[in-house]
Amino acid sequence: MTAPAIAYNFAYLDEQTKRMIRRAILKGIAVPGYQVPFASREMPMPYGWGTGGVQVTAACLVPEDRLKVIDQGADDTTNAVSIRRFFQRTAGVAVTEATADATVIQTRHRIPETPLTEGQILVYQVPIPEPLRFLEPRETETRKMHELEEYGLMHVKLYEDIARHGQIATAYAYPVRVEGRYVMDPSPIPKFDNPKLTANPAIQLFGAGREQRIYALPPYAEVVSLDFEDHPFQATKAAHDCDLCGAKVSYLDEVITDDAGGRMFVCSDTDFCAGRRARGLIGRLGGDQKSSKTFANSFQGIWPGTEGAP
Amino acid sequence: MTANALTGGFGAPSIDSARAFRQILEAMARPGTIRQVAGAAPPAPLSVAAGAVLLTLVDPTTKLHLAGAADCTPVRDWVAFHLGAPLAPAEEADFALGTWEALQPVTRFRIGQPDYPDRAATLIVEVDRLVNHGPALAGPGIELVTWLNLPETAAFRANRALYPLGFDTILTSGDRLAGLPRSTRVEKL
Repeated sequence: MTAPAIAYNFAYLDEQTKRMIRRAILKGIAVPGYQVPFASREMPMPYGWGTGGVQVTAACLVPEDRLKVIDQGADDTTNAVSIRRFFQRTAGVAVTEATADATVIQTRHRIPETPLTEGQILVYQVPIPEPLRFLEPRETETRKMHELEEYGLMHVKLYEDIARHGQIATAYAYPVRVEGRYVMDPSPIPKFDNPKLTANPAIQLFGAGREQRIYALPPYAEVVSLDFEDHPFQATKAAHDCDLCGAKVSYLDEVITDDAGGRMFVCSDTDFCAGRRARGLIGRLGGDQKSSKTFANSFQGIWPGTEGAP
Repeated sequence: MTANALTGGFGAPSIDSARAFRQILEAMARPGTIRQVAGAAPPAPLSVAAGAVLLTLVDPTTKLHLAGAADCTPVRDWVAFHLGAPLAPAEEADFALGTWEALQPVTRFRIGQPDYPDRAATLIVEVDRLVNHGPALAGPGIELVTWLNLPETAAFRANRALYPLGFDTILTSGDRLAGLPRSTRVEKL
């Protein structure tokens, strides 16, 4: 553990705030999928940048933790880098990019490809925690709907997808039912990731800062993606292999490479992709590709304000 | 106020409470697992674990009910100095502390409201020992099945029947604790 550069309280938040968040987390664990209101604080970053996830992470961190932060699967994007540095400065925790080495993982919109294990905590950044919000804007009504288990409207929405598109077109933030009780928004993860929610050995915590809600999935909780018998849930991904590491089973990002329709598909999970390539697994375009870090560092000193990746 | 009411808090509050919370979180998320906490030295008859749970979760915004032997002057003074939590009758409490016998009848405690199930009490139950032997537990946080020596099963089964309402329980013994959230199904004995 390195000493924090600035003398903040450990993990930035004051103790009273952490106790309030910790109580909310425990109630969330006790009632999986139920959104516990909490007195979200202003954080030194804008809403939408993971203020909810940051507060949950701050309440859970211990000095011995190794923290990993990902944004859409990537460890080296602005959001991930700034949150990781935030906790390096305010909590002095070790950081890592390797999923298997991390004890706490804060994520924006992905679940790592590498299976999680007992002892790990996955913290999601959540923009809109209420799965029914776009169907019913009134909080008083959605609260009543959860109380009465009145989830018909959600099935109507999925049915309308089928009526219009011939299939359930919802591709991310795909609604799930937790332990047969609460319908929950799994945050805007691709529905490809939904099967990883259920029976996961790790603790999964969800923080929505602007909306002031915390909810949770204990390990091995039963999480079912909503569907119909004749239109069963399908975890979809682009029908390609990763062009860098050749993985067939990972979730892919599409990258436009030129003006002539050229494109490539790469793993969204950078640690998973880099790990495979380090083991010598090479995809269609992987042979002469630089790593994203080598690429970022090549701007050092040329591009104003570019510090390069850590 | 007695002089030793001023001692027995966390030495390094932010670090000690972080470590204690992590153990409490793991205990509540994995019902039946027994965890160890340290750093608190509350007056008798409170256990180290009960003291650590209080210091980690209870503050002036939460009402605390002290039951039975725990409701004594040294504990009241210690609570006043270290937590500042208002003491309250069982029916209003956010947290309640005592032995299982002292907390009876547990049906007094808040179980939340249908629209706000989180507004329920957390019981900190002092027990003589904690071992993974006794009634079988199943439910969220438990892969297949686990066992824990609960003080009784009927009350926890009745509590589970109220789900998603119900109180949550932390069992403490010495420096060890185990969690039993309302979501856990307890085998009938």
